[in-house]
Amino acid sequence: MTSIISFRDATKVFPGRGRGQDVRAVDGVTLDVRAGEIFGVIGYSGAGKSTLVRLINALERVTSGDVVVDGVPLASLGEARLRPVRAGIGMIFQQFNLLASRTVAGNVAYPLEVAGWSRARRAARVAELLDFVGIGEKAGAYPSTLSGGQKQRVGIARALATEPRILLADEATSALDPETTQDVLALLQRVNRELGITVVVITHEMDVVRSICHRVAVMEHGQVVEVGDAYQVFSAPGHEVTRRFVETALRDRPSSAVLARLRKRHAGRIVTVGVDEVAGSSAVLTRVLREHGVDGTVVYGGITEVAERPYGSLTVELVGGGGAVEGAVAALRAVTSVADHGTAAHPAPDAGPVTPPGKETKR
Amino acid sequence: MTWDRLGPLLWEAFGQTAYMVLITLVVGGFFGLVLGLGLYLTRPGNLLAHRVVFAVLNVAVNVVRPVPFIIFLVALGPLTRLFVGRIIGIEAFTFSMCFMASFVFARLVEQNLVTIDPGVVEAARAMGASPLRIVRTVLIPEALAPLILGYTFLFVGVLDMSAIGGYLGAGGLGDFAIVYGYRQYDWAVTAVVVVIIVLIVQVVQALGNRLARRALRR
Ligand SMILES: Nc1ncnc2c1ncn2[C@@H]1O[C@H](COP(=O)(O)OP(=O)(O)OP(=O)(O)O)[C@@H](O)[C@H]1O
Ligand SMILES: [Mg+2]
Repeated sequence: MTSIISFRDATKVFPGRGRGQDVRAVDGVTLDVRAGEIFGVIGYSGAGKSTLVRLINALERVTSGDVVVDGVPLASLGEARLRPVRAGIGMIFQQFNLLASRTVAGNVAYPLEVAGWSRARRAARVAELLDFVGIGEKAGAYPSTLSGGQKQRVGIARALATEPRILLADEATSALDPETTQDVLALLQRVNRELGITVVVITHEMDVVRSICHRVAVMEHGQVVEVGDAYQVFSAPGHEVTRRFVETALRDRPSSAVLARLRKRHAGRIVTVGVDEVAGSSAVLTRVLREHGVDGTVVYGGITEVAERPYGSLTVELVGGGGAVEGAVAALRAVTSVADHGTAAHPAPDAGPVTPPGKETKR
Repeated sequence: MTWDRLGPLLWEAFGQTAYMVLITLVVGGFFGLVLGLGLYLTRPGNLLAHRVVFAVLNVAVNVVRPVPFIIFLVALGPLTRLFVGRIIGIEAFTFSMCFMASFVFARLVEQNLVTIDPGVVEAARAMGASPLRIVRTVLIPEALAPLILGYTFLFVGVLDMSAIGGYLGAGGLGDFAIVYGYRQYDWAVTAVVVVIIVLIVQVVQALGNRLARRALRR
């Protein structure tokens, strides 16, 4: 697989204001974004995500190291030589950044004017783009009259105008409500699939990564602390920050308060069983319980999709005679991760935090 | 004096004021815009950030602007002589007006530009636009409405400056009011001039408001 963006020990230092300390916003990042993928960058506020992505179109210049985009090392290019490189990279923003003095069509035409397209070609291209993002009827409207979702569609149309190979999205959905967020994410996915454009998505919402990213990098203090296949990172987060993000996106594991309430309602043995593509689907659970003659009642949990593959956990109450329950738990442990919470009468206080499947092997 | 004789003199004074004000609006407006853009662009963190240039422009504007115009006229004397050849007369006076108006307008322009969302400039930069293009297609269009209002404000200020044209023998409505009204104890003449000036200001202000509103239609 070829990389289209390649950070090579890229570092960006902002000089401190007054007597303040210098800020290493991006600190020695080496990273490859592959052609054709949707690549996520996640991290808390101030982690350096925006700075990292702005190095790609050289809105910020590296202090040391380099960023190679489509085979072109940017560090050595002067401002004038960078302009055509920027024109070949689309970018969308959290606050949309549309020109209030221009209509929707005028905004989408802007990059085409910069690129020197003729008026007639511009008009045709603008119509085509507005159709693609689904707001053809708004061509003559001014941005102030549009909803957030519509504004971001204009932003996307504008970013795609000059047929870039890369689209950068800096918190593109953070100003939108959940439903509009889904619409815009679906549109980004279409951009990636139908147009083959590499998309770099910056976010602090793990849900965004979960919905559309193929691969993800986790940033903290200017450094990439973890990078990999989105599904792998979800199922086996290796870094504390990643783990916290994963927990925000997956609410299928009971907290201790939830567990206490579950124990009140259910007297039997309560276990949380991981469900994922690697460890097996819930069919495995059903089969094991049947084989051991154990009754299982789902009391909590859920299965969702990460990178379009199933992922989650189910918390079940197990009821059976003799050693049947013990046998079933042992059999489950052999195929997936199991957190045993004990029974209401004999709670297992030391079940520990309920871990996502696969994580135990990493510890 | 009767209006038979005053009429033509008033008309002449009106012409002198129009000459001074219009030239100052064009020249001062142009250089004010350039200076204001310079201030904005070279400000730390902006497109053409340049510490030294910014500091020089900023200090120059801060020093010139608060000087009372009548003192500024005298202070600028040597420069006026250099450029115009003499330090009295309507040309010399207009030169000083242009100078002062440039600095006044520069600050107005800069103050309007800083209200533009930096994100919009960033978006244009990300699309590969050059600084000159950004000035032309982003900064000025985005700030057009306040710029028009600022220009209207400048007009009133320039009209005000022109009133002391008599000191340098430049004539104008202000001079007319002093010579034929104040000094002759003819309050009617003064009143007529005041009414004319008020009317001009009203008309121009209304026009400015209207153009600004049209520029804001979004
Ligand atoms: N132009 C600048 N000058 C000085 N410091 C800066 C500049 N831009 C960013 N920084 C600093 O660099 C660090 C990283 O900022 P950055 O905007 O990249 O973070 P982020 O991960 O995008 O955060 P957020 O989620 O809040 O957008 C922060 O400490 C920030 O204060
Ligand atoms: Mg950011």
